[in-house]
Amino acid sequence: MNNYSYISLIPLLPIATFLLLGLFGRKYFSSLSGIIGTLSLSVSAFLSILTAYKYFFVDGKVNGVFQQIIPLKYTWLQFSPTISIDMGIVVDPLSVMMLVVITFVSLMVHVFSLGYMKGEERFATYYAFLSLFTFSMLGLVLSTNIFQMYMFWELVGVSSFLLIGYYFDKPSAVAAAKKAFIVTRFADLGFLIGILILAFHAETLDFQTLIARLTDPQSSQILSSVTSSLFGVSALTWGLTLVFMGGAGKSAMFPLHIWLPDAMEGPTPVSALIHAATMVVAGVYLVARLFPVYCFDVSALQVVTYVGAFSALLAAVIACTQTDIKRVLAYSTMSQIGYMMFSLGVSKYGGEEGLGYMASLFHLFTHAFFKSLLFLGAGSVIHMVHSNEMKDMGGLRKHMPITHITFLIACLAIAGIPPFAGFFSKEEILLAAFHSNKLVFFVALFTSGLTAFYMFRLYYSIFWKKAAHLHGEHHDEGTFTMKIPLVILGACALLVGFVPISQFITSDGIGLETHIDVIFSITPVALAIAGILLATSLYKNENDRPIKISLAFGKFYEAAHKKFYIDEVYLFIIQKIIFNLIGRPAAWIDKNIVDGLMNLLAFITAEFSEFFKGLQSGKVQSYALYFFAGIFGLAVLFIYLVK
Amino acid sequence: MGASKIIFYIISTFILGTGILAVTATKIFRAAIWLLFSLIGIAALYFWMQLEFIAAVQIIVYVGGIVVLIIFSIFLTQKSGDEMPKPLQQRKLFSLFAVFFAFAFTYLLIHQYGFYSSNPQPFELKISDIGMQMLSTTEHGFILPFEVVSMLLLAAMIGCIVIAMKAKTE
Amino acid sequence: MINEITLTDILFVSTALFFIGVYGFFTRRNMITMLMSIELILNSVNINFVAFNKYLFPQHLDGIFFTIFIITIAAAEAAVAIAIIINLYRSHRSIDVEDASELKY
Repeated sequence: MNNYSYISLIPLLPIATFLLLGLFGRKYFSSLSGIIGTLSLSVSAFLSILTAYKYFFVDGKVNGVFQQIIPLKYTWLQFSPTISIDMGIVVDPLSVMMLVVITFVSLMVHVFSLGYMKGEERFATYYAFLSLFTFSMLGLVLSTNIFQMYMFWELVGVSSFLLIGYYFDKPSAVAAAKKAFIVTRFADLGFLIGILILAFHAETLDFQTLIARLTDPQSSQILSSVTSSLFGVSALTWGLTLVFMGGAGKSAMFPLHIWLPDAMEGPTPVSALIHAATMVVAGVYLVARLFPVYCFDVSALQVVTYVGAFSALLAAVIACTQTDIKRVLAYSTMSQIGYMMFSLGVSKYGGEEGLGYMASLFHLFTHAFFKSLLFLGAGSVIHMVHSNEMKDMGGLRKHMPITHITFLIACLAIAGIPPFAGFFSKEEILLAAFHSNKLVFFVALFTSGLTAFYMFRLYYSIFWKKAAHLHGEHHDEGTFTMKIPLVILGACALLVGFVPISQFITSDGIGLETHIDVIFSITPVALAIAGILLATSLYKNENDRPIKISLAFGKFYEAAHKKFYIDEVYLFIIQKIIFNLIGRPAAWIDKNIVDGLMNLLAFITAEFSEFFKGLQSGKVQSYALYFFAGIFGLAVLFIYLVK
Repeated sequence: MGASKIIFYIISTFILGTGILAVTATKIFRAAIWLLFSLIGIAALYFWMQLEFIAAVQIIVYVGGIVVLIIFSIFLTQKSGDEMPKPLQQRKLFSLFAVFFAFAFTYLLIHQYGFYSSNPQPFELKISDIGMQMLSTTEHGFILPFEVVSMLLLAAMIGCIVIAMKAKTE
Repeated sequence: MINEITLTDILFVSTALFFIGVYGFFTRRNMITMLMSIELILNSVNINFVAFNKYLFPQHLDGIFFTIFIITIAAAEAAVAIAIIINLYRSHRSIDVEDASELKY
């Protein structure tokens, strides 16, 4: 077995960069910090790709099964002989793939930001935060221990908060950062409780042991977790559902998705990195990591399935009505992650039945490329027109040819047109859904048509529709460093579909033979093309049909445009119910009882000290009297009371 | 009732009476003189106990030294004929009360305990014994305290001079 | 025995003298008179030492030595106290303890 311990360098390089740039960057080498961050990350990316090569092609496979390797592990906190928090690194197909995705996309974003963020005052800080995020995300995917993962999970949340609130002088960005943090934090509460439930029953925090114990029908741990129940639901289901709640929070699944659209207040490359390719798929990763346990518990998996499918549909509908291009992309991300989730949900463990698992991670892999490409393209567009709104764009295809072409590729990829990347992964997902749950399959099919429609609505609105009317100066397609990532990611979006992921990443580690079922794929492709054609007819040239259609939908359109009032529902619940019923009484108790006690204590102390201060009169004879009284008291005490 | 006993009562009454006058006299110079009498009375008590040496020391040091020193300081700081400020009435009452009960308590203890000697034998004080033991270096010798006290006296003397010296005018 | 003066009688005198001194220390406001009260207290202690030595341990001389040392130290103490009083008088123009109360809260 080969030595993989150098993998620890992959997350350690970004954290070193973070410390360097965070502590000294702004003062000493502000303009160089981008280069430093990019260079350090490119080393990480190189190491990741090297690891992937070594693992997948050289020595990962033993007897046709990919092994889980733990090259580094040491106990950090020992709670009891069985429960400890370890720090370690796990190498298995899942983590290696995530390593490649994260470092690669992060590298692209770093390079893109060199141009996009140029001239920002807090350039070094920006790169420091990017490095911190990359570190946390890498740590998350490499965790051997569920608690280690939880810590990195929170770190990811923090760095996401910092990056969303990067423009902290903008109130909306601050609000968005807070919203993202609070919503995901709330979800993480569920995650933590889930961890505690699972750890309590499995008597371990280690992933390997936990999975081994909770998937063996004979083990005492599984018996205890199945037999103990709350509200008629077994502890195992509760634990897994709560863990999924954490995942849903990070992955913006309904109903915890409300932070994601607002998070678009952050710099666009950040959206590409965090809110498209890496952080939001952490939930998918989490479910995939614990997948063997989820397979054991049908009801938890059902939750995953339906939440995923509903989120996919809901987000797609909302995406059709949004006018801010980044928000469209955000909802599209949410929709695609919904795909991954329900794909996991319909999967089973091992063999042909495990197709959904493979398809989900395949989609994660391809989605990372074309979605970050879409975001970077959008960033490029925003850089050009200085606006996020569709109405300020149009006809840009002449002005920014590279962005145009790569954006088109990405749109085709996400719409699922062969031979672009998205086609292959989506195909597998639909196939998996078709075999196990027809309802989900039809939802997915409809959503995939909708996806094609709104992506091309976006595409036409940006690049066609009307003649470009750029006013003012300072319009260009961006620097060389902004174009390079677009081109590279465009090539990836075109080609990664051909990567035989099914050979590498399966639920049981055994390679899976897949092939494209041509008959089956006619329907989704036809639907996608129909969506594209519809978008073409509506948005390619300026006309009044979109308005007419939106009027025809009436209330429904209005509701979708307002994101189905979910934000308002939350506000209502929080402000009217939680504030009044819990917040105000709590505040009252805090002000009157807790503070009152403290004040009382302080008052008593003050009075006492006032009294004792009076004793310090400076009059010698008074002191002599006290002294005398003291002696007298002691004499009585020792002669009569203490024998 | 033997003569010795009568003498003791006379001496005791004298000591306590002059003592009370010393702490209650309104004129400071008179207080000092009552103190002087009281100290002489104590010397007389030592004589009565047949401790002539201690009595002599008492008269020399207290009567001839300390009281004279006090009288000097009175002359330095006070007009001797003035009435002293009256003690606060409240404190006076309280002190009287406290002192009376403390005395009652203490004497009760002493009385209950009794202090009877196990081996009553005549007590003879030879001055040569005092001198020998004071300077002896053997087990019951007091040479070390003697030296220490001589150092203390020197230190006190220097200290008094330094404290009472007028600060140099600058 | 009944006609003899016992140790307890002498202790009565010394105790009474002690509390007379204490009373003076509490009530007198003039520092010199407070010093006199202290002398009374010290003398009552001396009487105690001598009396204990004479009545309880006639074969020893320790009480006598203690008395001698106390007298010596009392002399030193009186000298230092008077030096302080004189110094205080210079700065305050008074030797009333009530006037010298700077050392308070």
